[in-house]
Amino acid sequence: MIWDHGKETMARGDIVRLQLERLRTTLGRVAIHVPFYRNRFKDLGFDPSTFESIDTLRELPFTTKQDLRDNYPYGMFAVPLREVVRIHSSSGTTGMATVVGYTRRDVEVWSNLVARILTSAGVGAEDVIQIAFGYGLFTGGFGLHYGAEKLGASVIPISAGNTRRQIQIMQDFKTTALVCTPSYALKMADVMMDVGVNPSGLSLKYGLFGAEPWSEKMREEISDRLGIIATDNYGLSEVMGPGVAGECQECNGLHVNEDHFLFEILNPDTLEPVKPGDVGELVITTLTKEAFPVIRYRTRDLTRQILEPCPCGRTFARIQRIMGRSDDMLIIKGVNVFPTQIESVLFDIEGTQPHYNLIVERENNEDKVTVLVEVVESIFFDQMKKQRTMVDTIKKRLASELGVGVNVKLVEERSLERYNGKSSRVIDKREL
Amino acid sequence: MRVEQIAVFLENKSGRLAEITSILADKSINIRALSVADTADFGILRLIVDKVGEAENVLRDNGFTVGKTNVIAVEVPDRTGGLATVLKSIEKQKLNVEYMYAFVNKTGENAVLIFRFDNMDRAIESLQKDGFTILKSEEVYSL
Repeated sequence: MIWDHGKETMARGDIVRLQLERLRTTLGRVAIHVPFYRNRFKDLGFDPSTFESIDTLRELPFTTKQDLRDNYPYGMFAVPLREVVRIHSSSGTTGMATVVGYTRRDVEVWSNLVARILTSAGVGAEDVIQIAFGYGLFTGGFGLHYGAEKLGASVIPISAGNTRRQIQIMQDFKTTALVCTPSYALKMADVMMDVGVNPSGLSLKYGLFGAEPWSEKMREEISDRLGIIATDNYGLSEVMGPGVAGECQECNGLHVNEDHFLFEILNPDTLEPVKPGDVGELVITTLTKEAFPVIRYRTRDLTRQILEPCPCGRTFARIQRIMGRSDDMLIIKGVNVFPTQIESVLFDIEGTQPHYNLIVERENNEDKVTVLVEVVESIFFDQMKKQRTMVDTIKKRLASELGVGVNVKLVEERSLERYNGKSSRVIDKREL
Repeated sequence: MRVEQIAVFLENKSGRLAEITSILADKSINIRALSVADTADFGILRLIVDKVGEAENVLRDNGFTVGKTNVIAVEVPDRTGGLATVLKSIEKQKLNVEYMYAFVNKTGENAVLIFRFDNMDRAIESLQKDGFTILKSEEVYSL
């Protein structure tokens, strides 16, 4: 099944023509309504009305996460707030968050794009879909919810957490499709075993997974243990949320909704396009977003294009499952974590440049983070009670800054290796 | 009336204590008393030595995190109930003990109790009022 046959099977030439037309309109709109882009275009002497070829887009500068932060909260909006019907925010706390908005039409488009992805994963109007993504500022829950309603599926908006209840409801409500993070799917499989629920006795047929890195090995495990077709889907709040790209039942790469998003794959160092099929950083330009258009947004996600045509009949280009990051961001339990956040909390407590390591592990399908902190005199006490309180304080401050709980272990001074780059402070032991 | 004590942060790794004691030995620094408080992850070593400043420097130079604090040394006759009388007095005065440890001096006649109180001034005053002998720092270093 294809949700929007007319669009999803367009000929390449038609896709490119539609992209160019929509891109020109988008560039024109941001030049008028978003001071950030207006000023940039003016500095470059760029006039959107003369925009004739998609390749010219490469002459425009990138939009980065920092640009979005600098314009916090509403600076990047291209419409007045009275036209905004929904606001979401990326994970991260106040200092790091970015705010995105949607007009009524944006929500409509978004729902349709998610409906496409659900359809391509096998879900239809007759399905009962359990959405175990968090509902809230995170785009995952609401994004999938609206798409599934658009599709006509029966939506169970259970949100994240309370695994036993998830399983109970899955049994009782005869859930046929599950939406969550891949690690949570495995956790559910573990808990099913614990409580003696046999997955083959469930009605579950499909699983749509996203919001964190995973692997082919995890897909096999999820498919085997839950007896479902497991597909990957991709999105990010800065661009829209889920619905940017998703896998069909071929389970071999994600179709990008190219009529709404223009993607480039660039060498993260030279920022030049990679050879077709090579790995590079995904850069996305929105083509139809009204409230929050972005031009050449650097996702920092690494992927490659799959060049072979897909047997499913969709003509939209496919990208491979996200293979990593071109910066040092980590995704822990679905939350974006930057080592610099840890650094600033420790600096604040210690009053000096901290030395720390971040160890990420996966235990029983759950991410576990340990921050090793080198003790310095400012956080060292001769009294055990004070010393333990200090450990707790560091733990609490980190948890509140990162939005995810961490363990803290004090280590002796000079016991951690000294690095020049920040990324090497991170030891990611997760085998996905 | 106050004795300087050195505290050293220790990870629970084998050989660390031996390393510290040999660093001090190399500098001919004598350890008068020692205690370790530990958790599953780390420990705090507390030392009373004859050359405080020197010990502090050499440990720091060797990469240890070192803190210096004041403690009180109370001398009691080394016999049954010696400690009990001091603790009774402390309880009566409602003094808060952060930690304590003890050792017996060379002659074996007296025991020395090392105390860390939350309020040191009040502790010294109350203990003296109850007639206990609080050792001067030089006395402790040269025990």
